[in-house]
Amino acid sequence: MEEHVSAYVAREQKKPLPPPPTEAGALAVLRKNLFATPLDSIVTILLGLFSVWAAWRIFDWSVLSAVFTGSSREACLAGDGAPVGACWAFVRAKFGLFTYGLYPVDERWRVDLTMLLLVAFTLPFAIPRVPFKGLNLFLLVGAFPLIALVLLTGGQFRIGGGWVAFMFILAAFVSTMLAAGNLNAPPGWLRVATWLAAIAVLVLIVSNILPSGQFRLLVFSFTTLSLVAFLLAVASIAVSAFASVSSSGKHASVLMHVLLPPLYVAALLVLLAGDLGLQPVPTSRWGGLLVTLVVALTGIAASLPLGILLALGRRSHLPAIRLLSVVFIEFWRGVPLITVLFMSAFMIPLLLPSGVSFNQLLRALLGVALFSAAYMAEVVRGGLQAVPKGQYEGAQALGLGYWQMMRLVVMPQAIKLVIPGIVNTFIGLFKDTSLVYIIGLADLLGAVRRGFSDPNWITPTTPASGLVFAGFVFWLFCFGMSRYSIFMERRLETGHKN
Amino acid sequence: MRDPKIRGLIIQIVLIIAILAFASWLINNTVRNLADANIAAGFGFLSSRAGFDIGQLPIEYSSNSSYGRALLVGFTNTVIVAAAGIMLATIVGFIIGISRLSHNYLVRGLSTIYVEVFRNVPPLLVILFWYFGVLSVLPGPREALELPFSSFLSNRGLQTPAAIFDPVAWLTLIAFVGGIAGSIWLARANKQRLLQTGELRPTLWPAIGMIVGLPLVVFVLSGFPVSFQVPEATRFNLVGGWRVEPEFLALFLALSFYTASFVAEIVRAGILSVSKGQTEAASALGLPRGKSLRLVIVPQAFRVIIPPLTSQYLNLTKNTSLGLAVGYPELVAIGNTVLNQTGQSVEVVAIWMVVYLGLSVSVAGFMNWFNARMALVER
Repeated sequence: MEEHVSAYVAREQKKPLPPPPTEAGALAVLRKNLFATPLDSIVTILLGLFSVWAAWRIFDWSVLSAVFTGSSREACLAGDGAPVGACWAFVRAKFGLFTYGLYPVDERWRVDLTMLLLVAFTLPFAIPRVPFKGLNLFLLVGAFPLIALVLLTGGQFRIGGGWVAFMFILAAFVSTMLAAGNLNAPPGWLRVATWLAAIAVLVLIVSNILPSGQFRLLVFSFTTLSLVAFLLAVASIAVSAFASVSSSGKHASVLMHVLLPPLYVAALLVLLAGDLGLQPVPTSRWGGLLVTLVVALTGIAASLPLGILLALGRRSHLPAIRLLSVVFIEFWRGVPLITVLFMSAFMIPLLLPSGVSFNQLLRALLGVALFSAAYMAEVVRGGLQAVPKGQYEGAQALGLGYWQMMRLVVMPQAIKLVIPGIVNTFIGLFKDTSLVYIIGLADLLGAVRRGFSDPNWITPTTPASGLVFAGFVFWLFCFGMSRYSIFMERRLETGHKN
Repeated sequence: MRDPKIRGLIIQIVLIIAILAFASWLINNTVRNLADANIAAGFGFLSSRAGFDIGQLPIEYSSNSSYGRALLVGFTNTVIVAAAGIMLATIVGFIIGISRLSHNYLVRGLSTIYVEVFRNVPPLLVILFWYFGVLSVLPGPREALELPFSSFLSNRGLQTPAAIFDPVAWLTLIAFVGGIAGSIWLARANKQRLLQTGELRPTLWPAIGMIVGLPLVVFVLSGFPVSFQVPEATRFNLVGGWRVEPEFLALFLALSFYTASFVAEIVRAGILSVSKGQTEAASALGLPRGKSLRLVIVPQAFRVIIPPLTSQYLNLTKNTSLGLAVGYPELVAIGNTVLNQTGQSVEVVAIWMVVYLGLSVSVAGFMNWFNARMALVER
């Protein structure tokens, strides 16, 4: 009997029955996702018809009835009454204008080389697996702007002594900060270096107000006071360098870090003022994608450090600094970029002493940089607020000063938290560069706009073709950036799951 | 020097002195430059004759009016296009945002394409595309496209019938306002009743009756006090009716569709932020789907939606200044004309800044008030 029963004991689990055919398979998925309810079916059918129609119309416009070759408007006119689609011949004919503007044709290899270098430095930096990130960062942020500036402009600038002093004072401050990053540096020396740089700033300001004797040093024309400011800055750098060497075990690398900013400034000045045999190209001849990229990248590069400073200012305990930062940030955020650009176009010449003129591109860059710095400041402030208070207190308990605390403890965490916000600001900035066309610069959009007013190319479809092309270029850049930001977000997120 | 307080004080004083010195240097230069260019500083120019014409006039203006009046026209146009744009952007944005969460592949796919396309192109390009790519190449007024309700679309804009009201029509308006006031009163009374006794009284249908029905009855009783002026095609142009300029259409459509893509993402994030437990709890309480949306999910989603929505509204308001590129006569465009005629750049820029800052502050203030009303009331 027992044996009989045991014959019915299942030794392994029964296989589940397959799901009913209405619930599985491609058909069921389609039914669930497209025809779940009668209303859903109607919506699906209507939208399906609409998308097929729209896709056909777009395909027809951009490929089937489009004109790809031709040298003038005749090619894109409906000769036999048939409707003509996109006029890609126009885009082809004006492609050089859209990319380089009026940059001299013989010199365009310089633009190509610059863009190639940009890609060559950016791509490996963007891919996490590629090694040598430190060197790569230096090439991208340090060397590339210099190379690009010299290549694009051709160098041979006349630089006043005031600017030389100004650049060296900036370098002195950066050197001091780098020296302060070394925990063994004697604070007394650092203080001396900071004071020397601060006095240099004062002397430089005074030199702009009080006239003093002028003379030339190398190719730079100094006034006595600006020379004094320059020497003070050099002295400050020397003190910082001495401070970092006097106490550290690994002399060479620390010293190199501290001396990097002044060396960089010196290289910049020599390259800009020197004659490298390149034909100078005035910025009024730049245009197209070149100007778009120059404005966007300069804005990005300038807005991040400025924005960080403003965000720190807004969270400062000193009421005057906080108030100034708040007023500055809220002012720029409250007004449209166009009015800022108008201000930079019309008011900067009024604000400067007569005789001092300012490049139009540079004025637009200034406006864009200040404007985006205010937005960046708010993003960074969000990151600063998200860093727990214990981190600040811990850093202070270790005896770190304000700048050391920010540089070594708080900022790395804060910036990591707000990478998506920073990239969003970059995307917004990239799109906003198109506004410089309103104040008369020929960026990509401006070049397209000028291209389709060319009487040689006036047809009903040229404006749409040119704008679709420009839109596609903008879209590629912005969409690429947003995808990359999502990728980085996912990559960095792993450490924060709890 | 070692005391952080004293050090902070010194840093601040030095900073303030430096900024004041810089500002006085700038002002000094400006005054000298203005004197060199023979331009009188001050806002006196606002009352002199403008001498230029404006395409779109919401308020009375002629070329004999003053510069101040011209700027006022510009400001009104800015407000009009901003208000209209905000409305359309909100409607389209909510529809697209909800569609992005649909189970239907097609609905979800199409709305994703919409968002990704519009979010990643500059708004100025969209405006130019509508203006030069679409509206300018429409047929002229003689071969205008005919739309329903005897409207016409041509390269001179959209021409719709204009309603002309008799004086008696005021009665209808009064009835309409009265209906709204009555509905608000009814809703309050019903809510009080609900809180006191638990009795649920109908609000929706009486309210619709008061807001729509009452004016309709008054309208019919007062003998249809309205007539329509239909646009008619003459030999060269469309005459009569109400014309919407192509500049307005381009700016309005571009800004609305551009901003709608951002609104859609905000709405989607807001709905996703309401946890699933809330929906389940609502159905466990026996609320039908419509009520659980209206009473449970939407109020919570709104809390997440409102702050970023505010900044999008502000962005749209500021972006109306792009109308300059297609010649829509808003504040910046008219200010630009004034600036070129008078050379009073400092004053004109100051007016722009003050107006836009004021607009920003008032939109932000309104949205903050709304946000405070919607915010979670914690005990």
